[in-house]
Amino acid sequence: MTTQITPLSRPVGFDSITRQIERKLLKRGFQFNVILVGATGLGKSTMVNTLFASHLIDTKGRAGPAEPVRSTTEIESVSHIIEENGVRLRLNIVDTPGYGDAINNDRCWDAIIKYIKDQHSAFLRRELTATRDKYIQDTRIHCCLFFLAPTGHQLRPLDVAVLKKLSDVVNVVPVIAKSDGLSLDERVAFKQRIKSEFDLHGLRMYPYASDEHDEDERALNEAVTSLIPFAVVGSEQTANINGREVPVRQHRWGTVNIDDERHCEFIYLRKFLTETHLQDLIDTTAQVHYESFRSKQLLALKEQSAAMSQGGVPGGQGGASRNVSAGFRS
Amino acid sequence: MSDNANVVQPPLERHHDEQMDTDQSEEPVFTPASPPPVPSTPQTPSMSAPTTSKPAAAQPATASAPPVATVVKRKLTGFVGFANLPAQWHRKSVRKGFEFTVMLVGESGLGKSTMVNTLLNSDTYGPKNYQLGGEQRNDKTVSTTTTTALVQEDGVSLQLSIVDTPGFGDFINNEECWRPILQRIEQGYDSYLDQENAIDRKEVRDERVHACLFFIDPTGHALKPIEIEFMRRLHQRVNLIPVIAKADLMTAEETDLFKRRVLADLEYHRIQTFTPPRYALDDEETLAESRDMLSRVPFAIVGSNTIVNAGDGRRVRGRQYPWGVIEVDNESHCDTAKLRQMLIRTHMEELKDHTRNTLYENYRTEKLTAMGITQDPSVFKEVSPQAKLEEERALHEARLAKMESEMRTVFQQKVQEKEAKLKQSEEELYSKHRQMKEDLNNQRLEAEDKRQRILSGQLTPAPTQDDNKGRRGKFSLGGR
Repeated sequence: MTTQITPLSRPVGFDSITRQIERKLLKRGFQFNVILVGATGLGKSTMVNTLFASHLIDTKGRAGPAEPVRSTTEIESVSHIIEENGVRLRLNIVDTPGYGDAINNDRCWDAIIKYIKDQHSAFLRRELTATRDKYIQDTRIHCCLFFLAPTGHQLRPLDVAVLKKLSDVVNVVPVIAKSDGLSLDERVAFKQRIKSEFDLHGLRMYPYASDEHDEDERALNEAVTSLIPFAVVGSEQTANINGREVPVRQHRWGTVNIDDERHCEFIYLRKFLTETHLQDLIDTTAQVHYESFRSKQLLALKEQSAAMSQGGVPGGQGGASRNVSAGFRS
Repeated sequence: MSDNANVVQPPLERHHDEQMDTDQSEEPVFTPASPPPVPSTPQTPSMSAPTTSKPAAAQPATASAPPVATVVKRKLTGFVGFANLPAQWHRKSVRKGFEFTVMLVGESGLGKSTMVNTLLNSDTYGPKNYQLGGEQRNDKTVSTTTTTALVQEDGVSLQLSIVDTPGFGDFINNEECWRPILQRIEQGYDSYLDQENAIDRKEVRDERVHACLFFIDPTGHALKPIEIEFMRRLHQRVNLIPVIAKADLMTAEETDLFKRRVLADLEYHRIQTFTPPRYALDDEETLAESRDMLSRVPFAIVGSNTIVNAGDGRRVRGRQYPWGVIEVDNESHCDTAKLRQMLIRTHMEELKDHTRNTLYENYRTEKLTAMGITQDPSVFKEVSPQAKLEEERALHEARLAKMESEMRTVFQQKVQEKEAKLKQSEEELYSKHRQMKEDLNNQRLEAEDKRQRILSGQLTPAPTQDDNKGRRGKFSLGGR
């Protein structure tokens, strides 16, 4: 259907709506929730600190031999508010220490999936109450950064199993951690293999192709898809190179400049996460993952209440919201 | 001594020097009174000659060593020739060739195959062929595969067996991943034990694993549970050499910190790793080398067998990055050179000795004790025939004495029994006799009585019933 644009005879002034929205949004602030999944020692905490250029989370390695090893995946959430140019971002970082640490890692992903689904269900509950807040606190996970070990060979069985489960419920962005251990040729070959394994196992990585995208968006998405998984290096140490303070890693045989595109793809990841796709991540979570969760839940509820009313239990009609809050399954 | 080969090279020539030296000096012949030194190897009198120009080496060592019971050091007055023994050993070993078995354990992707190529300066392992979708592996267990390579250097041939363990730590459930590896090690010991006990022992194939290189994931934090568990299970069965793989992932400070943490973990769990032993006879250079080596344990290694251009134009083995080139053989970049030195150049024999003498023997003792075979100490007593004869005679006499006393007691017993029996029968006879006498008496009295009665019975024949009964058939006086 071609939309006809009716011409205006003189300026009206509704083009300031963008500024009005911006002012409202600036007052409200933005919320971004990210979850980090990957084996211990791959530099997840360092990477987040590097991405947002501030010390947000501490490394969770085992400091001494007497400290016990984490036997199950624990979920730890840390919240920070960072500000840049008047824009305030409330950042919620969820870490998963203990993932893949144990000798038997069967079902270690259960805790993570449960956490993600819990956030969805909490949001749904608040949405469905009769009197709900004007603006619901959004704790749904918008992005999952999945860290792959730089083995140079192929995906590990554990990674494949977890990725399958994760790509159904959250936007997954895979990154190759500690990629300063791979030379350029190795990096290219490794990425190629990983991409073919993604296709082989049917793993859908963010960004998802969609028909609603226009030319520019599609081109951008394609560029990003060709780069995935990002080969990144993280560091909280900085050095002065060419007059600028940049994060670096200093080895005896050379210095890795993390901001340099020839060294690693950190710049691309940062641009992708913060400059170009931040809002898209939030929207995709709300429109795709949350919607599918919601529809599944409500269908299940309908079936449940139908079964209950068949069984002769009263109160099938009146308290829809009561039923929702009472007979809720997450 | 760093290696025997270097020391031995021109043995005969050196010996001529020694001979000339001894001829020139005037030295006393025997000195049995001087404190005998620590029992010296045949090398000590002559081999220390090159280090001191004077013939001081021929004098008895001034060491105040604790006196050993029967060793008396005698000085050589002439040329004997046993200083050539190392040369003979060297020739024999070179002819026989050397063999060494090393096992590589670690998760996939840590550079084990590359490390083999690096250590041997050859492309033993080709590039991997990947089969994607690999988690549908047929066998969900760790397998052990052995490749044997024959390498030669300077006429010395080494048969190197490399046991690889693909699948270690790669599954979702890695419980008991160490078990197939332990089985492979024990299988080597078992086969050697069986061959030792065979009747024909000419062909002995040694499958024992001499060293186990364990690749640690360079997380930078601490050891992972699977790594700790593996090392705990295997450190007493094999020479364990933990190495930090892919050390180019960490900076110098991170490496130091990680090494300290790994050592703390190893100590906490009481895991024994292979430490190069130090001998009192080692020279300064060797001592310094082994000190340096020990300070770098666990080795942080990087593997590569490709030649690249270093920054200053040299062609070196290394890995090329956009920010620099790491040289594999450069000791300030990584510890690969040190690992190669320890594993192949200096301590290969130590590793084999430790495997043969300690680890294998422990395994053997445990296994045989478990089978119920106990040590019989009397087997090893020193016997002189005379003493044995005396002993036997004494034993024999003791035995005879015992038998005699036994027989005597038995005899006594029998005699007593017989006596008792006889007494008893005597008594019986007596009592019978008495009884009979009494009976007889009674009968006599009765008979008397009857006679009396019969005599007086002519007047009053009063036959009793009994008489009647008795004499029915006979005549009756009464005629009734």
